[in-house]
Amino acid sequence: MLSYVLRRLIYMIPIVVGVSLVCFVLVHLAPGDPLVSVLPPDASEALKAQMMATYGFDRPYWHQFGLWVGRALQGDLGTSIATSRPVASEVLRAVSNTLLLAAVATAIGFAFGCLFGFVAGYFHDSWIDKAASALAVVGVSVPHYWLGMVLVIVFSVELNLLPPTGAGPDGSGDWAWNWAHMRHLILPAVTMSVIPMGIIARTVRALVADILGQEFVGALRAKGLGDRGVFRHVVKNAAPTALAVMGLQLGYLLGGSILIETVFSWPGTGFLLNAAIFQRDLPLLQGTILVLALFFVFLNLAVDVLQTGLDPRIQRG
Amino acid sequence: MTRPAASWRRFLMASAVCLSSALVPMAAKAQEKVLRIGMTSADIPRTLGQPDQGFEGNRFTGIPMYDALTHWDLSKPDGPSVLIPGLATEWAADAADRTKWVFKLRPGVKFHDGSPFNADAVVWNVQKVLDQSAPHFDQSQVGVTVSRMPTLKAARKIDDMTVELTTSQPDSFLPINLTNLFMASPAHWAAKLAAVPADVADPKERAKRAWAAFAEDPSGTGPFDGIRLVPRERFEMVANKAYWDEKRRPKIDRVVLLPLPEANARTAALLSGQVDWIEAPAPDAVAQIKSRGFSLYMNEQPHVWPWQFSFVEGSPWLDKRVRHAANLCVNRDELKELLGGLMAAPKGTVPPGHPWWGNPKFDIRYDLAEAKKLMTEAGYSAQKPLKVKTITSASGSGQMQPIPMNEYLQQALKECFFDVELEVIEWNALFTNWREGAKHANARGANATNVTFAAMDPFFAMVRFVSTQAFPPTSNNWGYFGNDEIDKLVADARTSFDAAERDAALARLHARIVEEAPFLWVAHDVGPRALSAKVKGVVQPKSWFIDIAPMSMD
Repeated sequence: MLSYVLRRLIYMIPIVVGVSLVCFVLVHLAPGDPLVSVLPPDASEALKAQMMATYGFDRPYWHQFGLWVGRALQGDLGTSIATSRPVASEVLRAVSNTLLLAAVATAIGFAFGCLFGFVAGYFHDSWIDKAASALAVVGVSVPHYWLGMVLVIVFSVELNLLPPTGAGPDGSGDWAWNWAHMRHLILPAVTMSVIPMGIIARTVRALVADILGQEFVGALRAKGLGDRGVFRHVVKNAAPTALAVMGLQLGYLLGGSILIETVFSWPGTGFLLNAAIFQRDLPLLQGTILVLALFFVFLNLAVDVLQTGLDPRIQRG
Repeated sequence: MTRPAASWRRFLMASAVCLSSALVPMAAKAQEKVLRIGMTSADIPRTLGQPDQGFEGNRFTGIPMYDALTHWDLSKPDGPSVLIPGLATEWAADAADRTKWVFKLRPGVKFHDGSPFNADAVVWNVQKVLDQSAPHFDQSQVGVTVSRMPTLKAARKIDDMTVELTTSQPDSFLPINLTNLFMASPAHWAAKLAAVPADVADPKERAKRAWAAFAEDPSGTGPFDGIRLVPRERFEMVANKAYWDEKRRPKIDRVVLLPLPEANARTAALLSGQVDWIEAPAPDAVAQIKSRGFSLYMNEQPHVWPWQFSFVEGSPWLDKRVRHAANLCVNRDELKELLGGLMAAPKGTVPPGHPWWGNPKFDIRYDLAEAKKLMTEAGYSAQKPLKVKTITSASGSGQMQPIPMNEYLQQALKECFFDVELEVIEWNALFTNWREGAKHANARGANATNVTFAAMDPFFAMVRFVSTQAFPPTSNNWGYFGNDEIDKLVADARTSFDAAERDAALARLHARIVEEAPFLWVAHDVGPRALSAKVKGVVQPKSWFIDIAPMSMD
């Protein structure tokens, strides 16, 4: 297992280099002026040249890339052009907020997804299956930003039960697990959980239906095992795949949802990316994308390792 | 064993103590007047003195916390917002050398940290953006500041309460431009610098850290004092009860700024009571906002939503009859209805009654018959329409609703024999091309561009679009419009140092611009904002700015 983990870590080096290169190239390919947030369009050419030199945009691309990667290796992702704050601290704060939101959303999505999936799979082709499958299809299909707006209209505007925006009564800086803060989390987390719930439910339903049709289930029943015992075996067999799907979903959610975080003004990575894109804040954009990409890479590794631990039949080459 | 009655008594007494201890601070908090504002920006505008995020930055983290040498008068809803004394009580250009200005400073003004405002502070604040050798020079503040006062070169102390400012060329616009230079406290910055750990040796890095600390705990001379910054989430200011201008001494105890960039989220925050004030509510929610008892404020802003024409060879807009026809062909009342009333019909770059109006001979109005007549004279008809191409964006700062507005124009201009091709490009690309000009490949062969602009000062409102010295890439004369006559009018305005004479010169310039019509003037924004009825004393001037200081809350 240790050698497998080490091997995977070594494989990650070219992936990380590739990710950083793609991230740099994509950001610089986009149209627009990188100084648009700090330099009005009527600034003089001399001032523009002075600012380009200050931020290093006058250097060749390969030089800019080298400097950026060199600093990133030391944990310095540069300074935001728009705010002059270190990108690393901006991204870290946003990631912690998104992590909170994604973890809660994944927990909700996983719990309800598994519930609907197991029930639908177990009662295959019954009305329960159809109802649970319909819910899953709705979950996957409904535009989540639209759902977010509807939830805000119902629970914030009409019923005045939950706040529509923000990550706490005084911001996210002093997050606490109390009602004053958690009420800010409910609407974005529920909105965000709908897609993973649908995906997990559909996956688990198919798995359970498939497992129930396998010969070993018939053998278990023939040996006199009751429904509860059979169910336990089905769950154990479906768990690794469900877990893998959950890991992937958590990875997607960790990327933050630009739409959901913007609708709820949740100060996470999606909100940050939105601001960085609109302000053409290249260091912030590059730093955020890089951190999110690395998260995804590490998360995939963690899920693979966990799967191997859970299911000894999986042999990693 | 305790008797049940005694237990109950103890329980009730304990409950009463708990309840009262909980209610006392709540009552104290309830008495505090807190105004919560949902802004359109995605981040808190910079708080260290020179805000970013355009004029929304000046509006919320500039004017409330800082003063400049000159101010805009924001006290009246009618008439144009004019220049008034701020931290300077009077000023004049030197009659012998028009590049030198003497400013007399207001005595007795203190920064929030208690240090005095004086000539040293003015020199220090000029140096922070212009003197690269100054220890507190901050490159990050240069871009948003220097371009708004392009001719300011240096400052010199004459005595404690008098300062001399020098410009690179005679420039009568300087007092107007100085509304953008906010005075931060040198003493407070020095304290922040002293607090930077000694192991940070590089002076530039030390200065950078001092400015970062200053941004979190700013100090100006304004009616509000910034006390808490949560980046990208909230900024809190408290009343400066010792503010020097009694009329602007705040009645509201605390102001909380929240960045809510999404219009529906802002509207929901207002309707659910999470904030008391939102900028730019979602247009389709205006009726609901009003029906729930909120107040909607709007007023004509110095903002122009135009098509800026190209005058390069082969452009269809070279013919003045065609430019006039386009301006006469748009029914702006109908467009206003389309926008739910959230626009004002323009008569030029500035409205009638403005000191720079100048009574132009060409009246911008809806006159379909006259427009068709002009187009027929120019050789066009329904069978032989004039092909024009305009570039625009799907969104962007100040662009209002560019797609439906441009589609409306496309339809309206068809009546007058125009065949309009619209090309929608990304906002940053459109904005960048504004400097590149109509001849650049990024203009995609368009002969008009649709970038909105602020018309607060003469340079921003007029000069950059009509001076031949502002041809791309120097400034925003995208279409290469201009001639000797216009250049002379610009020079006259720049060198008229009496305020009335300067305004008269600008009025002559504006009149000629309207007559020459290098734009299709379509709309002025009205800066809609919705406020809770408990906010009183709200005055929305004809400005991009609004003064929170005189407001109160029930």
